[in-house]
Amino acid sequence: METNFVFNSPDDVQASLEKVDYISSKTITTAVFLADRLKKPVLIEGPAGTGKTELAKSVAASSGSRLIRLQCYEGLDEAKALYEWNYKKQLLRIQAQNLVTDADNETWKQLEEDIFSEEFLLTRPLLEAIMSAEQTVLLIDEVDRIEIETEALLLEILSDFQVSIPELGTLQAKRIPLVFLTSNNSRELSEALKRRCLFLHIDYPDMNREKNIIKRRVPEIEAALLEQIGEFVRSIRQMDLKKKPSVSESIDWAKTLITLGIHTLDTEVANDTISVLLKYQSDIDTAIKELAVNS
Amino acid sequence: MDLITEFVAELRQYGIPVSLGESIDAHEALISELIDDRELLKEALAATLIKNEAHREAFESLFNIYFGVNVERGDAEDSEDTNKHEGEDSLLAGNTVSKSAKLSGGSSGSLSQEEVIEMLFNALVNGDKDRLNQLAKLAVSMFASIEPGRPVGGVYYLYRTLRNIDIEALQAKLKNALLKQRDKNTDENLNERFASDEATLRTEKLKKLIEDEIRQRLIEDRGKQAMAKTLKKPLLEDIDIMRASRQEMFDLQQAIVPLSRKLASRLANRRRHLRQGRLNWPATIRKSMALGGSLAEPIFKKPKISKPDIILLADLSGSVASFARFTLQLVYALSSQFTKIRSFAFIDGIDEITSYFNLTTDPMKSFYKINTEADIMWLDGHSDYGHALTEFVKKWPEAVTPKSSVLILGDARSNYHNPHSDILKQLSKKSKHVYWLNPEPKAYWDSGDSIVKEYAPFCDEVLEVRTLKQLELFVNKLD
Repeated sequence: METNFVFNSPDDVQASLEKVDYISSKTITTAVFLADRLKKPVLIEGPAGTGKTELAKSVAASSGSRLIRLQCYEGLDEAKALYEWNYKKQLLRIQAQNLVTDADNETWKQLEEDIFSEEFLLTRPLLEAIMSAEQTVLLIDEVDRIEIETEALLLEILSDFQVSIPELGTLQAKRIPLVFLTSNNSRELSEALKRRCLFLHIDYPDMNREKNIIKRRVPEIEAALLEQIGEFVRSIRQMDLKKKPSVSESIDWAKTLITLGIHTLDTEVANDTISVLLKYQSDIDTAIKELAVNS
Repeated sequence: MDLITEFVAELRQYGIPVSLGESIDAHEALISELIDDRELLKEALAATLIKNEAHREAFESLFNIYFGVNVERGDAEDSEDTNKHEGEDSLLAGNTVSKSAKLSGGSSGSLSQEEVIEMLFNALVNGDKDRLNQLAKLAVSMFASIEPGRPVGGVYYLYRTLRNIDIEALQAKLKNALLKQRDKNTDENLNERFASDEATLRTEKLKKLIEDEIRQRLIEDRGKQAMAKTLKKPLLEDIDIMRASRQEMFDLQQAIVPLSRKLASRLANRRRHLRQGRLNWPATIRKSMALGGSLAEPIFKKPKISKPDIILLADLSGSVASFARFTLQLVYALSSQFTKIRSFAFIDGIDEITSYFNLTTDPMKSFYKINTEADIMWLDGHSDYGHALTEFVKKWPEAVTPKSSVLILGDARSNYHNPHSDILKQLSKKSKHVYWLNPEPKAYWDSGDSIVKEYAPFCDEVLEVRTLKQLELFVNKLD
């Protein structure tokens, strides 16, 4: 098992991420840095649209690692997450053997060893990440969607970076991958899982970070409009809403305003385009009503 | 014991679970010489020790106690101390203030209150962080009048300081100043709003600086552990709902939505996995085709998911109203998990309130409407459980069916009226379950006019539900 570090310092994390247009915060860089140093997975929580999945992708891109992604869903099982024996190929192999010789005890043993070798193994994302010779970033997306019992599947990988296959033995990671798990917090994850991970909560960014993010994603934006967008979104987030606008929505909004050829924001423009930011009618009503009141 | 271990012990004192492994992780994280400033240290400890965002606030306040607010205040206390005081002294125009005098405070400086407020205002307008920091220290020295050894919390001193600098007027003035700086060409309405947002943000920051300073002085006075103890607030899930302050109640309301989402998915999951249905022969045989005809994997029919039918009876009299509202809100947030919810509110009369929840998304509005419109008062507006129950079966005899679970929310304090427990007996026979959720501590039951023991024999269970945690446990049990 090789252990070498991907990042040199927390500042290095920040700089590398910035190169791939991901504007991080101190909380984020520290967690990523520690994940690399301590060789521990990071569990990322936070509201939707704040860049949880994006972080894993950006870490992969900035460090030139391969990204392996496991999208979780209800009913995900071992065969889809870890590995599966290619039984069709195994059947063919057995039939081919039968054609050539009569199966006596000796050859059966040989055959058995043969068909349970790596050749007949179908690797799925988790095993793939372990077996890869190059540096990988493993993204286990929306881990809260799998059932609590299935979580156990992940534990061996997350703490020891190994997979045990009864027929083959234990496969150790060739290079320890950087692991990110994201969760939308739709259920409480098990203590066992949380204990094995570092924890990172990504919240809505503050105004300056948000402006930086928008600037990166929409470089053609004018400074004055950017300022107003930042202030407006900050104001909206303080309202009592069902779903607050996420970063991706403020980026969309910035693009919308540019497309419409708008240079300065006023209440009327805001009212007309607010549906880009807010996705519930009741939220839109609340916001428009509040905007009309002079605070 | 090293500082980290001590800190971990304090976190556990707060009820935040930190395992040995996590504590080791924290130590390991700090071995790296690259964790070299206070912010990094904080984030590193948070990432390794805190696995639930709800615990973050408690973590922050403890961190401030254990690792100082300013880096200078931590390790190099002595050498930096003089520097720090110099800044303050120059503000005080050469008036030297000894440490003890500083602690006891008093407006001994040559600056008047108005002058300090003026300086604060200028610093706020310019957004000058260092200057604000100095001034916050000065303001605490002058106005907090911290009395050494007096075991009061920091809130008391904070309040005193804020009142003296008249923080509200300061904020209003700041807003106007910021508004003047803004571009006149932009929309007036938005300008107004943005200026006000910024003013609020800056004054909040000032408040925090003052709070930090007070805390720091109290720690110097009393020591870390004593400070941690006075600051100790229960975690959100342990707050007594009936005694929650307004802020706590607000936080609890905020917690309902995510909590109900979690509970809902857990309930749904459990029902789905509860039991497998009967064997599905055709599907099993179809599956076996792929395996050369061996019946390797049985396929089962999906079980029929039965959702409970909920009847809520909530006491909305003054004594328990906050609890009942809170529970009603949670149950409604969970409504997708029940086939039917009907709710009834009572004091001494009883009325159905189901429809009030469907009208609007804002629960506070619903409660307002219930209080003004629903007919829950009969005689004098003091709880009368017996009468409410009698009315309930008279007016809505069809409500309770063999499928329903009846939840009664209340303290069973019936003001010495006839309990009519025979009616509860009828209800219990007719329904699937009867649960009584009592927001009073168990020790108070059956004292005074509490008649828990009259009703208890006819309930599946009478539970003490005073905190979010207990409520969560109960909802988990429902089926």
